[in-house]
Amino acid sequence: MAGFILIVVAAFFFPGIILRTKSLASGRKGPGIFQPLKDIVVLFRKGSVFSNTTGIIFRIAPSVTLATVSGAMLLLPFAEQKAVISFEGDFIFFAYLLALGKFFTIIAALDTGSSFEGMGASREALFSMLVEPAFFVLLATFAMFTGYTSFSVIFNHFYVTGNDYVLIYSIIGAYLFVQIAMVENSRLPVDDPKTHLELTMIHEVMILDYSGFDKALIHIGTYLKFAIYGSLIYNLVVPAGWNIMLQIGLFVAVQGLFAVVIGFTESFRARNKMNKNPKFILTLSAIALIAFIVILILTDKLA
Amino acid sequence: MFSTVTFLIILLLTLLVFAIPKPLKYHYTLGLLVAGTALTTAWSISVLTGTEILKEIPLFTPAAGSRFVLVIDPLSAFFILVINITVLIGFLYARGYLAPYGQRMNALRFSIHYFSYLWLWLSMLMVVMIRDGLPFLIVWEIMALSSFFLVIFDAEERSIMKTGISYLIQMHVGMFFILVAFLLLQNETGKMSFDALGEYFSVHRNLPLFLLFFAGFAIKAGFIPLHTWLPEAHPAAPSHVSGVMSGVMIKMGIYGILRVLIPMQSDLLETGVIILVVSLISGIMGVMMAIVQHDLKRLLAYHSIENIGIIGIGLGLGVIGQALGNPALALLGFSGGILHILNHSLFKSLLFFNAGSVYHATHTRNMEQLGGVMKRMPWTAMLFLTGSLAICGLPPFNGFISEYLIYMGMFNSLSGATLFHSIMIVGSVASLSLIGGLAIFCFTKAFGVVFLGEPRSEAARHAGEVSGSMIIPQLFTVALILLIGLGSPLVVKPVFNIVTRAWNLGGQPMITGAFTSNLSQISIAGGVFVVTLAVLLLYRRYHLSRRNVTAGPTWGCGYTAVTAKQQYTATSFAYNYNHLAKPVLQTRKEIDEIGESEIFPRRRKFVSHSDDLFRKYLIDRPVDLVAGLLKRIAVMQTGQIRHYILYAFVFMLLVLLLAMFNIL
Repeated sequence: MAGFILIVVAAFFFPGIILRTKSLASGRKGPGIFQPLKDIVVLFRKGSVFSNTTGIIFRIAPSVTLATVSGAMLLLPFAEQKAVISFEGDFIFFAYLLALGKFFTIIAALDTGSSFEGMGASREALFSMLVEPAFFVLLATFAMFTGYTSFSVIFNHFYVTGNDYVLIYSIIGAYLFVQIAMVENSRLPVDDPKTHLELTMIHEVMILDYSGFDKALIHIGTYLKFAIYGSLIYNLVVPAGWNIMLQIGLFVAVQGLFAVVIGFTESFRARNKMNKNPKFILTLSAIALIAFIVILILTDKLA
Repeated sequence: MFSTVTFLIILLLTLLVFAIPKPLKYHYTLGLLVAGTALTTAWSISVLTGTEILKEIPLFTPAAGSRFVLVIDPLSAFFILVINITVLIGFLYARGYLAPYGQRMNALRFSIHYFSYLWLWLSMLMVVMIRDGLPFLIVWEIMALSSFFLVIFDAEERSIMKTGISYLIQMHVGMFFILVAFLLLQNETGKMSFDALGEYFSVHRNLPLFLLFFAGFAIKAGFIPLHTWLPEAHPAAPSHVSGVMSGVMIKMGIYGILRVLIPMQSDLLETGVIILVVSLISGIMGVMMAIVQHDLKRLLAYHSIENIGIIGIGLGLGVIGQALGNPALALLGFSGGILHILNHSLFKSLLFFNAGSVYHATHTRNMEQLGGVMKRMPWTAMLFLTGSLAICGLPPFNGFISEYLIYMGMFNSLSGATLFHSIMIVGSVASLSLIGGLAIFCFTKAFGVVFLGEPRSEAARHAGEVSGSMIIPQLFTVALILLIGLGSPLVVKPVFNIVTRAWNLGGQPMITGAFTSNLSQISIAGGVFVVTLAVLLLYRRYHLSRRNVTAGPTWGCGYTAVTAKQQYTATSFAYNYNHLAKPVLQTRKEIDEIGESEIFPRRRKFVSHSDDLFRKYLIDRPVDLVAGLLKRIAVMQTGQIRHYILYAFVFMLLVLLLAMFNIL
């Protein structure tokens, strides 16, 4: 349960920290750290406009996506505590549940009948398809390394395998999780949430027609997703056995650092050309495969 | 005795379809179906629940050596259930689907159709129950013939007849392999029966005989590269038939493979790796080719190849598990594969039925002509959506459960695996997740383009919901899909039982116990998700009821004269993907460029088409080559009698010369 609550708390600050980092890095005064939350409150107060073309899919999609994200949160452990729901192979459920949310986001975009949103849908479908193997290969290597197949148990046994090189491993893993999070959340370098031209958008263009309550749900889902990946990274880099108060402190630090890293990346890096994106994403799978080979060497299977 | 007589009576009563007056034919056929379903389901349940371990029902013994005996073991019992569910629902659906044909076609055509449908069903039932070679081949042949007649039901178009014939030829190529395999078995053991396989396998090398059987059964199942009949035959058939063919009939190939796999004793690792590699290729290529299709039913047909691939991945892993002495991998692999047979039969038939409903309402299967159908056919759309989500393996639907079992087989066998094994497993994990991602791409496209947005043609604009008789039977399929998705332990336990009994994995209570608890956790997680969603939607409703909700046009970026033609089409949705998959798919484009002197461009058209490379290079090219060669030889066929006499003379001269020089 602690993991669940901490993710929710982290999600409160996450988007604000990214925004603040970006404004500081570009020398602006910028909005306060709670501005994204205030935006959500405003959205909740507002009414909604629905396109005549849209039907029920467009209306239920944000709720489905948020439900999948909150379902996925239940699967994440914190420190030595097990997740609310934990079973062998829960990460398969995790990935497929998030995919369900994505499915609905994509068809909701097609529901508007807009060519822009169709374009975004096509891109999102392609990119999220390509990133899938990276996540699974990474988790497969974890499973091979620790001998367990559930988030809670894998992370609990990560540092007690007695392997001296585990640090190499957690670094590759953390790097991959950061990159996967960037792709899954449609941030730089794959997508730029701040672009102003529909033609160059991916995620933003898919939600162009949303307003009010539904838009707020979409934003909440995105923030939670960031915190989810932050929590995965945290579990990977901090050994589960440490003191619980220290853990909470470190959790806040890792999430904060993750947000700052995203902010800096977005400040200093340009977005990929659209047709370079598949290559970029496939590179992640390649890195995951390298991690797999590293683990083969570490476990003396590959001399 | 009772069972024997009842079954034989049902077989004989099928003939009466021809004598029944036209308006009653449907009801008569339905009556027979229900009776037969009740009978065989009762058999299967008595075997599955363990009151009888093995049920034998002798039908008749025409000649020495070949016995028509129905033998039901748990595996057969499982297949009986799969067959009965889809065939019955398909026929209930058919009533509405066939209604428009009522005027156009005479009573004989309907008789032939119903008769073939009944015999397709009966022959499939007998395929999974008959063990002896000759009777098996006979019912196997009946299955091919009856499905052929079903495919050509709508054969006013020449192309459908051509498709039917090509289907029939390919089925016989497959049958030839099975026949040779059985003959080999007869030669070595003196018995031509699946029961003799154990005897054969304990003495001889296992792999060659397996490969013979595999080649024969794989054509039926549609493994790549033996799949080329499948994307042609499924779209040509009426939709209830496509649903049954894709949902159940191709699984008869899988059944055959399972029958041969169970008694195997050696060469297991090679066998497992072969099945796994073929299945991975089928899975990935199947879905890759599905994405580029414009014809909705053809898209679904290619997806069947993908799902056969997933089933095969499960079976391959199971065999590898056996080979490595890893009972957990064997159990999970086989169970995942076998459960996916049931799952696929449910969601694929559902998808085909609803593709049929769309065709029924709009008279087109071309996705580029559809769009906005959901508003006009909400029930059909929701059913299709359920099928799409299930086929993508998304929780809380049934496809997830079988894929989960297969994944777990892979992940569980990873720790302590050898180098070769780990590489193979990680490759499979990456491929299976890629298949999942591609399936999502494919079905967001199919559902989005067909059912959402604005109608792209008048036909789609004027579509109306199909009758309740076509929708209500499908609700039962949906209920089963959700039951397996949310109550998986209920279904997986019997499947575990089937597998442990078939492969003698007995004494694995540890693994099965742990797994059932995992599955109940999945049910809980799925339940939590459903409840969260329900609460969110209810709150949303309440929230919006207190806010100002207005309607307006879709945001057009400031452009107000948007038309339906400007929407993203199926082709444009797959454009980026096409670009990426170019090396494998080779999409052809036909366009005449606008010349420099052409100030006012004429009307022109643009055609893009994706060939099936396997078909092109493995079937069409060699056939063209042989045909070309034969054409050249045909020069000799002049039609003039003196030339033929000359040939005879030359031949005799040749024989004489050869004899003189002692070469002959």
